[in-house]
Amino acid sequence: MEGLKKVAVAGVIAAALAPLGAFAQQPVKVGFVMFLSGPAASPFGVPAKNAADFVVDELNAGKGPAPYGKVGFGGSKIEMVAIDEAGPTTSVVTEYRNLVQRSNVDLVIGYISSGSCLAIAPVAEELKKFTNFFDCGTPRIFEDASYKYVFRTSPTATMDSVGAAFFVRDTKGKVKSIAGVNQNYAWGQDSWGDFEASMKQLDPGVEVKTSQMPKLFAGQYNAEISSLLGTGADVIHSSFWDGDLEAFILQASPRGLFDKRTVILTTGETAMHKLAAQIPDGTVLGARGPFGPYAPDNAYNRWFAKGFEARFQAPPNYASYQMAQAILGVKAAWEKAMAANGGKRPTNEEVGAALEHLAFDGPGGHVRMAIGKGHQAIMETAYGMTRNVGGKLTMVDVKRYPAETVNPPEGVKSADWIKGGFKK
Amino acid sequence: MRPDRTPLLLGAILAAVVAGGLALPQWLLFILTIACAQGLVVLGLNLLIRAGLVSFGQALFYCIGAYTAGGLSRAFGISDLFVQMAAGTATAALAAFVLGFLLARYRGIFFGLLSLALSMIFYGLIVKSETLGSTDGFNLAKATLLGVRPGEAWVRYAVLVAAASVTLAAVFLAWRFLRTPLGQLGPAIKDNEIRVEYMGASVRYAIHVNYVIAAALAGAGGALAATTVGHIDPEMAYWTTSGEFVFIAVLSGTGSVVAPFLGALIFGAIHTVAFDLSPNTWQMSMGLVLLAAIVFLPDGLWSLFTRRKTA
Amino acid sequence: MSQIGPVLVDGVIYSAWLFIAAVGLTLVYGVMKILNVTHGSFYALGAYAGASLTGAWLVKGYPPMLSYAVLLGGALLATLAVAPAIERGLLRFMYAKDEVVILLVTYALFLIIEDAIKLVWGVNPYFVAEPYALLGSFEVGGLKYPTYNLILVGLALALAAGLAWVLRGTRVGKLLSAVIHDPEMSRALGVNVDRFYLVTFTLGCFLAALGGSFTSPTVSVVPGLGVDVIVLSFAVVVIGGLGSLPGAALGAVIVGLVRSLSVHYLPQVELFVIYSVMALVLAFRPRGLFGLAEPRKI
Repeated sequence: MEGLKKVAVAGVIAAALAPLGAFAQQPVKVGFVMFLSGPAASPFGVPAKNAADFVVDELNAGKGPAPYGKVGFGGSKIEMVAIDEAGPTTSVVTEYRNLVQRSNVDLVIGYISSGSCLAIAPVAEELKKFTNFFDCGTPRIFEDASYKYVFRTSPTATMDSVGAAFFVRDTKGKVKSIAGVNQNYAWGQDSWGDFEASMKQLDPGVEVKTSQMPKLFAGQYNAEISSLLGTGADVIHSSFWDGDLEAFILQASPRGLFDKRTVILTTGETAMHKLAAQIPDGTVLGARGPFGPYAPDNAYNRWFAKGFEARFQAPPNYASYQMAQAILGVKAAWEKAMAANGGKRPTNEEVGAALEHLAFDGPGGHVRMAIGKGHQAIMETAYGMTRNVGGKLTMVDVKRYPAETVNPPEGVKSADWIKGGFKK
Repeated sequence: MRPDRTPLLLGAILAAVVAGGLALPQWLLFILTIACAQGLVVLGLNLLIRAGLVSFGQALFYCIGAYTAGGLSRAFGISDLFVQMAAGTATAALAAFVLGFLLARYRGIFFGLLSLALSMIFYGLIVKSETLGSTDGFNLAKATLLGVRPGEAWVRYAVLVAAASVTLAAVFLAWRFLRTPLGQLGPAIKDNEIRVEYMGASVRYAIHVNYVIAAALAGAGGALAATTVGHIDPEMAYWTTSGEFVFIAVLSGTGSVVAPFLGALIFGAIHTVAFDLSPNTWQMSMGLVLLAAIVFLPDGLWSLFTRRKTA
Repeated sequence: MSQIGPVLVDGVIYSAWLFIAAVGLTLVYGVMKILNVTHGSFYALGAYAGASLTGAWLVKGYPPMLSYAVLLGGALLATLAVAPAIERGLLRFMYAKDEVVILLVTYALFLIIEDAIKLVWGVNPYFVAEPYALLGSFEVGGLKYPTYNLILVGLALALAAGLAWVLRGTRVGKLLSAVIHDPEMSRALGVNVDRFYLVTFTLGCFLAALGGSFTSPTVSVVPGLGVDVIVLSFAVVVIGGLGSLPGAALGAVIVGLVRSLSVHYLPQVELFVIYSVMALVLAFRPRGLFGLAEPRKI
C-alpha cells in the first residue's frame, strides 16, 4: 500500500508539472504565406518557400550560425503552416483570418504582393496578430499608417529605382535621355515613377523619350522594343520580373537593344542564372538589395547560400534571401523578448516591442528596423554590370550605396523625399 | 399548388443568424458576411440567367459598388455600412441604366462577351489611375453602424446581422419582383422572344429592367464586400471575378431566391478546403468540383431540395 | 516619332501571332457552337511540349535546323494525347446542353489542365532560344528584326490558305459547311457528324498548340501562359465574327495594327485598346464584322 501511494503521489506531481514542461516544448506555430501557384510562384513564391523550409529545418536542429544557435525560436521548435497567397484580395484576407482564428498560428510571416500587404495590415492590427511582411514593394504601408503588430524586415522598392539612378550617375555621368518599359500595374508604375523622378533630380536636363507600359504578362514585346530602339535613348529602365523579364531579354537581345546603350533591370537577378547566355555584357542588374551576387561574404551567407544550393540544386535568389532574413529577424526579436521577460514564452506584443528599432544581421548583411516608427527595415543596396567571365555570369563595377542614402528618413514619404533632393 | 413559403424561410434564416451568430467562431462570421455579398451579386445574375442572358461582366457593377463605398470612406470619411450599401446600389443602378440601352439588344454569347469587354475597360481605367492606387487599391476606414463603431469582439457579429438584414430585405424584394408580370417574363424571353412580343410585352424593356436590378444587387454586394474586407482593388472588375460569380450561379441553380447564398457558402467552403488539402493543386480541385456539379446537378444544388416526389 | 515602317512590321508580326492563336477558336465555335476555354490550355500545352522536346533535342546534339519540325511534333503529340480524350470522354455528352453550360465545362477543364501542367512540368520556366536566333535577322527602317518572325507570318498565311482551300475546295470541306449550317439535317443525310466534331475539336486544339509551340522560342514558358491568350483570342474572334475564318484574319489584322499604333504613338491607352475596339465593333455590328446571320427558329 505504501508503494502504491508513492507512485500515486509521483503521478500527481508529474501530471501537475507535465503541462509546464509541455508548454516550454510546445512548438511555435508559424503561418507562412506566399505564391505557390500562378506566375509569381516560380520566381518568388517557391524560392521563398524553399528558403523557409531550409531555414526552419536548420533552426529546429539547432544548426543556425551564432547568435541563431538556439533550437527553433528560443528553444521551441517551429511548426510551419504554409498557404498559397493566390486569389482575389477577398480570398487572401479570408485565408489570413482562417490562418489566425481557425489554425491558431502564433505569428505570420509572408506576403509578396503589395496589394496583399496593404489589405492584410489593418486586419493584423484588428486580430492583434504579429505579422512580418517579408517582401512587398510598396512604401505605402508604413507611410500611410502606423501599426503595432505589423512589421517588414525587407527594404521597400523605392531604393531599387533610387539606387539605379545613383548607379547611372556614378558610371555614366550625365545622360541625355532615358526611356522605360515597365508592366502596367502599381509595381511597374511606381518603379518607373521613382526612377524618372530620381533621374530628374540628379540630371535636370535629362529627356524622357518614352515610357512603355505593356499589360502584365503580355509576353510579346516586339512593338515596345521597336519603339525603344527608335527613340535612341541612352538608358533604358525596366522593373519586369519572371516570364515577362525573360521574354523581354530573349526578344530584345537579338535585336540589338542592349548594344550601345545601358539597360537597367532592377529585378534582373532572378533571370541571371537561367538566362546567363542571353544577357549581354554591360547590363545593369538589380537584386532588390544586397542579395544574391551582391550578398556579403559573412558567416550567415556562407551557411545559407551553400546549404540552400546543396539542398535545392539552384542558388537562392533575392526572394529566398528576404525570407531567410525575415525568419532570423523574428527569431532575434523573440529571443530578445524572452531574455527581457525572464525566459517565458513571449506574447505577440512582447515580440513586437523587441523587433521595433532592432538591428540584426543575416545572409544579406546588416538590417536595421529604422523607419516606419521602427517597423520598416532599411538596408544598403548594390548595383553592378554583367560580364561573362569564362562562361559564368559575374557582376563587375559593383557599387554599394549605404542605407541612409537610398531610403527616406523616418517620417518622410518616399515620393516627397525624392522630390526634395534626397535630403537625409 | 403548394403555397410558396419563401418569406417564412427568409424570416427563419434571419432569426437563425441573429441567434446562432452569437455562438459561431469569428472566422465563420466573416465567411458568412462575404457569402451575403457574393450571394447578392449572384441573385442578380440569376435574374439575367433566367432570361437566357449569362453576363460575364457583373464584376463591373460589383467593382462600381466597392469603389463607391471606398470613395465615400476616403473622400468624405463616411464609414456607415448602410449608407455605403445604399450608395453602391445607386451608382451601379445608374451605370446599368445607361449601359442597358446598349446591352439590351444582345443575346447569348454576345451579351456575355460585350459585358465582359465593358468590365475590362473599367478595369483598365482604374489601373491607370494612380490616385486610386492602381492595382494596389486602397483601404477603407473601419465600418460603423448608424454612427456607432462596435467593440472589437462584437464587430463581426454586428456587421453580419446588419448585412443579413439588408440582404434578406433585398431577397424579399427580389422574390416579390419575380411574382409580378414583368418579373415572370424572364423564362418566357428565354423560350421564345417573338411570342412575348406578340403577347404585347416589350422584351427590350423587360431585359433593361432585369439588367438594372441585377446591377443594383451587384453594387450592394460590392459595397458590402468592400467594407467587410476593408480593402478594394481593380481586380474586382477583372473577368475572373465575373467567372467566379458564374461558377456560383451554376453551383446554386436558379430554383429559389435563397439558392445563391447557399451556393456562395459552399463555394467558399470548397475554396478553403481545396487550399488546405491541396495548396499546390487547388485549381484542379475546384475544376473537378465544378465539373461534378454540372454533370450530376445540372439544376444546381437547390434541386436537391425540390425533388418532386413521384407517385 | 517612329517611322511608319517599323509600325507596320510590328503590326503584321503581332497580327500573325494573333491569327495563329485565335483561328482554332473560331473554327471550333463555327462547327460545334462551343466557346472552348481549353483553347488557352492547349496553347500552354503546345508551348511546354514544344519547348521541352526541342530543348532535349538540342541538348542531345541533333541538327538544330530540324528543331522547327520538333516544335511541330511537340504540338501534335500534346494535342493527340489530350484533345480526343476530352471530346470523346466528356464533351460528347454535353452537346445537348446550353452553350453556356458547355463553356463552363471547358472552363473547369481549363482549371484542371493548368494544374496538371504544373504537376508534369513543374513551376520552373523553360527556354529554348536557339530556333529564334538561328535564322539571323533582317532590317526595316534601321531596326533589326529576327527572321524567325517571318516564320510566324508564313505559318499564319499557310494556315489561312490551307484552311480556306480545305473548306471550299475539298469534299470534306463541303460536308463540313453542311454540318455548320444544320447538324440535324446533315445527320439525317448520312453524314457522320460525330466524327466531324471529333476531328474539328482536335484540329482546333492542335492549332492552339501550334501557336504556343512556335511562340515558345521567343518567350520563357511559365505557368499561367495560357490565361491571357484566351481573352485575347476571344476578342479577336468576336471582332471578326464567331465562326468566320476571314473574320478571324481581319480581326487579327485590326487588333495587331491598332495595338502597334498605340504602342508607338500613344502608349497610355494600350491597356484597354483591344477591349475598346471589341466594344466598338459589337456596338455597330452585333455579330462581329463577318458574323454569320442565323435564322431564328420559332
